[in-house]
Amino acid sequence: MTTSEGSATSTTPDRAAGEPSTPDADRALVSVREVTKRFGDGSDAVTALRDVSIDVPSRSFWSLIGPSGCGKSTLLRVMGDLIEPTAGAVTVGGKTAAEARRSRDYGMVFQKPTLFNWRTVRRNVELPLEILGMNRDERRRRADEMLQLVELGEFATKRPGQLSGGMQQRVAIARALSFEPSLLLMDEPFGALDEITRERMNDELLRIWQRLQTTVVFVTHSIPEAVFLSSHIVVMSPRPGRVLAEIDVDLPYPRDEETRESPRYFELVTEVRETLRQAQQG
Amino acid sequence: MITGRRRTALNVLGVLVVLVALWEGYRAAALALGNTWPGSQLGLPIVVRGSGNADQFPHLWDIVAAFGRPYRGGGELLGTFLLSELAYTMREVAVGFVLGVLLGFLLGVLFRHSPLAEKGLMPYVIASQTVPFIAFAPILVVSVNQVDFLPVWMGVAVLSMYLVFFPMTINTLRGLRAAPATAEELMRSYAVSWWTRLWKLRVPAAVPFLFVGMKIGATAAVVGAIVGEISAPSSAGIGGAIFAFGRVSNNALQLFATTVVAGLLGVVTYLVVVLLERSVLRVYEGSGS
Repeated sequence: MTTSEGSATSTTPDRAAGEPSTPDADRALVSVREVTKRFGDGSDAVTALRDVSIDVPSRSFWSLIGPSGCGKSTLLRVMGDLIEPTAGAVTVGGKTAAEARRSRDYGMVFQKPTLFNWRTVRRNVELPLEILGMNRDERRRRADEMLQLVELGEFATKRPGQLSGGMQQRVAIARALSFEPSLLLMDEPFGALDEITRERMNDELLRIWQRLQTTVVFVTHSIPEAVFLSSHIVVMSPRPGRVLAEIDVDLPYPRDEETRESPRYFELVTEVRETLRQAQQG
Repeated sequence: MITGRRRTALNVLGVLVVLVALWEGYRAAALALGNTWPGSQLGLPIVVRGSGNADQFPHLWDIVAAFGRPYRGGGELLGTFLLSELAYTMREVAVGFVLGVLLGFLLGVLFRHSPLAEKGLMPYVIASQTVPFIAFAPILVVSVNQVDFLPVWMGVAVLSMYLVFFPMTINTLRGLRAAPATAEELMRSYAVSWWTRLWKLRVPAAVPFLFVGMKIGATAAVVGAIVGEISAPSSAGIGGAIFAFGRVSNNALQLFATTVVAGLLGVVTYLVVVLLERSVLRVYEGSGS
């Protein structure tokens, strides 16, 4: 598979590492403003997020990283309007998160592939298209196109259960992208995969992202994964979940095996690791 | 596959042989001991009297043979008579089962959709099953029979439905909650209506549970129909025959033969649901592809 060389290199704003993002209404697709999320009430209340503000530019690849309990998945769910914030607001392309969800702006990928085994692989990819009311021939054509993109064309008539974990997750990605959402939200999508499969999936995801020029917010607890994939990393700390630092990843796209062996890659991995260590101590 | 089936058949046959041995063994022992425990005046749990038609504990082969004999002083054979009564009962079972499955499914959907409805109605649904249904079976059957436009057998079908809907409600509700949280989140991210969510996610995810409810319901439908017939004034069907042979003519041989038919009806009804389940799951799980 060849990728359009360098097509996505210049999409990220140049910002010094560690400097917090500034509100930029023109370029930010997703704007998270002072979001606080508490679960429960009274003395049992847990503050999962406190005063989180980030601005994700259009066509960028952002990762949220942090130890468990830092609220990164909660933040992703607030962004996708799967849960409502206790305070603060999220806008996506000028719409509220709820409006964005109702106009099907979100593609979701979870840690579990969440495929329906009563449907074939193709019909799984067709699911959102069915819901959008697309006619049969059109959605079939689109589903097959997406399956080609994730290189699973010949598995269209199989059931998800007959596929490996990595293949299932590729089907989930194809399903999430099939209806061209403006924002792809991924919640530790490769967390359950072994290291080798995970690296292959990372290569694959970058290739797809560069092809489709979509915006991605990606939750992970793997430092190498975050550095390899992202144009920008948001480091979060727990109890309560908040943004500790933001790190710009200035590695050029397209990225490949060479990127993983470059000195700058190691520097960035170290930088994220040290920031995370502070998070643990703080 | 064939060896698996053969093994199942052998197991069933083996259990049958053991049951026959226990039956005939008890009969022989009770006759030899004069219906008392050895060396005491304490009576055995079931009294076995002499032989012939008045036998309270007949030979199994006498029960089988009874099907081929006239059941009432000449004329129609017992087997022929029971077959026509069986057809009558099967209609009640089928109608009661289908109505119960539909009612149970609808209640399950309602409860899944509205926590308020679940909180308000579920206690009554449970209470309906804790009341001994034999107590109000006659009232129910008779009052349904008073509705002019319904056929006579409808009262019994309603009682059958009454026993079927409960396991169906519980299992439907459980099945509709079986979809994983992320699948529900996925549907939310698509901003679907509850109707779309129901048919694209919750019902398909509930299919294995629906069949659990239907399998329990299948045997309950037969029990409901037979108890209903015993309570019904028409004294038709297998339940009517049980009433006639048990209470009216007190013919143990014919009563046992009728009971065997009732048991077979339960097994067959269950197997029909199992066959349905197999063919549906074949499509559902896509084992064909």
